[in-house]
Amino acid sequence: MATLEIRDLHVTVEADNSTKEILKGVDLTVKQGETHAIMGPNGSGKSTLAYSLAGHPKYTITSGTVTLDGEDVLEMSVDERARAGLFLAMQYPVEVPGVSVSNFLRTSATAIRGEAPKLRTWVKEVKEAMERLSIDPSFAERNVNEGFSGGEKKRHEILQLELLKPKVAILDETDSGLDVDALRVVSEGVNRVRETGEVGTLLITHYTRILRYIKPDYVHVFSAGRIVESGGAELADKLENEGYEAYTKGGASA
Amino acid sequence: MAEAQNIPVGSTTAGSIAVAAESTVATRMSAPPSFDVADFPVPHGREEEWRFTPLERLRGLHDGTAVATGSGLKVEVEAPEGVTVETVGRDDARLGKAGTPVDRIAAQAYSSFEKASVVTVPKEKVLETPIRIAVHGEGGVAFGHQVIELGAFAEAVVVIDHTGDAVLAANVDYILGDGAKLTVVSIQDWDEKSVHVAQHNALVGRDASFKSVVVTFGGDLVRLHPRVQYAGTGGEAELFGLYFTDKGQHQEHRLLVDHNTPHCKSNVAYKGALQGDDAHAVWIGDVLIEAKAEGTDTYEMNRNLVLTDGARVDSVPNLEIETGEIVGAGHASATGRFDDEQLFYLMARGIQEHDARRLVVRGFFAELVQQIGVDDIEERLIAKIEEELEAAVG
Ligand SMILES: Nc1ncnc2c1ncn2[C@@H]1O[C@H](COP(=O)(O)OP(=O)(O)O)[C@@H](O)[C@H]1O
Ligand SMILES: [Mg+2]
Repeated sequence: MATLEIRDLHVTVEADNSTKEILKGVDLTVKQGETHAIMGPNGSGKSTLAYSLAGHPKYTITSGTVTLDGEDVLEMSVDERARAGLFLAMQYPVEVPGVSVSNFLRTSATAIRGEAPKLRTWVKEVKEAMERLSIDPSFAERNVNEGFSGGEKKRHEILQLELLKPKVAILDETDSGLDVDALRVVSEGVNRVRETGEVGTLLITHYTRILRYIKPDYVHVFSAGRIVESGGAELADKLENEGYEAYTKGGASA
Repeated sequence: MAEAQNIPVGSTTAGSIAVAAESTVATRMSAPPSFDVADFPVPHGREEEWRFTPLERLRGLHDGTAVATGSGLKVEVEAPEGVTVETVGRDDARLGKAGTPVDRIAAQAYSSFEKASVVTVPKEKVLETPIRIAVHGEGGVAFGHQVIELGAFAEAVVVIDHTGDAVLAANVDYILGDGAKLTVVSIQDWDEKSVHVAQHNALVGRDASFKSVVVTFGGDLVRLHPRVQYAGTGGEAELFGLYFTDKGQHQEHRLLVDHNTPHCKSNVAYKGALQGDDAHAVWIGDVLIEAKAEGTDTYEMNRNLVLTDGARVDSVPNLEIETGEIVGAGHASATGRFDDEQLFYLMARGIQEHDARRLVVRGFFAELVQQIGVDDIEERLIAKIEEELEAAVG
């Protein structure tokens, strides 16, 4: 069973000629089949955690370990992490001019699976996955994320999640900026992947709204660069009612 | 890569971008157009039209010290049935009709060539296959003159392929009869020592369409000057360009579209990638809409992708409008670094760095490559881009 283990992770970024510590000792274990919600106020370091796990070059790991099934993730390049089974659905997916969605999907599926998918079955697989996410077939010929609305970008991220079948999926605010219909479509996509039981999910969110569609097994409150409280789904209800205030005022230093 | 509309400054750039503060089309030239080299002073390098060009690398083309070596340039023309290919003397009446040299090297070429080549497509002849002109340098200095003339309603694609080692100054005239359609692909795939300076003059007939695709990869110094004028209303000109400027190369494309006739269109799109120390790309896009050119519709764009430190771009779009009675006019210029966020995104989907870079650069050029419309040339270009990238990764 695949397990992602994060131990005492400290991360800094370079900003305005100074080094700023953003993550201050994150501990978390995500197992295949589990869903962990990470909830925290803006600026608490949620995206930093997501990017650091994926290997974004802007973030420097100063101490701590991350392993996937015992393998040292921090030693791997960005593409190696993806091929090892990590997937990051980005908060702000990037536009890639001149690269079509179909070319992009096939290139990444080839890289992740280690061989080019058979063309026939691949075309069908993509078409059906797009249908399930209500993505118009014409998107296959559009350039990656170029001119996509916020909701279209997020659906495109979940399309990749469905096609690439990672061991651990990190979803960074996949819910933000979505209207109710889009939120439902995207959540259904995530749930289809979860229901396979093959993926561990790290659901990063600012709002409790998405948790009505995607039921977490664990909820962690993130504040000032670390997890300050962990619990079951009921913790989300507490956050819904009380907000993050208790954690941002003093709670963070616990 | 951010695109700045009308304020032609890329927001993130490793190169530098010069922006013309005001119109300089008229004042840029140090002497009026002339066929005689004696009418132009030897440039010293500070003139507006020469300030980006490293004169010391022109191998004497600019100061009269370059002398034709007789042999040294092989030109082969492969033309389908019905096309006339002639070699003519200096006094042939068809020479110099499309435009007059505007700088010293173009005038030097006009004053120095011995034989010109004239390719004629008769009126209403629609060619099914391209005319191919192979220009191969064999180590000498040459001055050339090429005329390509299409009669009314003729249609042709011409591929001019420059390879080998040469020091070449030339003028190329494109004359389009009424309703004619001409696509010219000029490929500069020179060996690394070559120097190539040329003025292209297109004279676009009434309701005619001219498409120029300039592709520059090779050479030590390439300086091309494609120019368009209209001979009647309803003419259209599309000027596309791709360049890949490597370490130490100077590639300069200076364009002028002179809207001297009402109700004509022009569209200019040039894209370049640069890599390596002292790679220098210069793009000057002059569009002049004369007072009489009502109903003009024009757009020009230049984009540069800087792949490594140490490369430099000077991109100067310049739109000069003398009448308000136009359909549209716009320009844009942007120079950006290779986008690490794009690279990260692709790699986060398992794609290796090398392949991700190729995807991004191919993507950058894709819209222009698709414009060429000659399959084997498109394939060769894609292969060439891959080859350049291989060199970059090393
Ligand atoms: N690349 C970066 N450069 C500079 N500062 C950054 C960078 N990424 C994040 N930060 C800073 O780190 C803190 C946490 O940001 P982020 O991880 O985006 O938080 P969240 O996703 O929880 O809103 C913020 O103060 C933010 O300004
Ligand atoms: Mg965030």
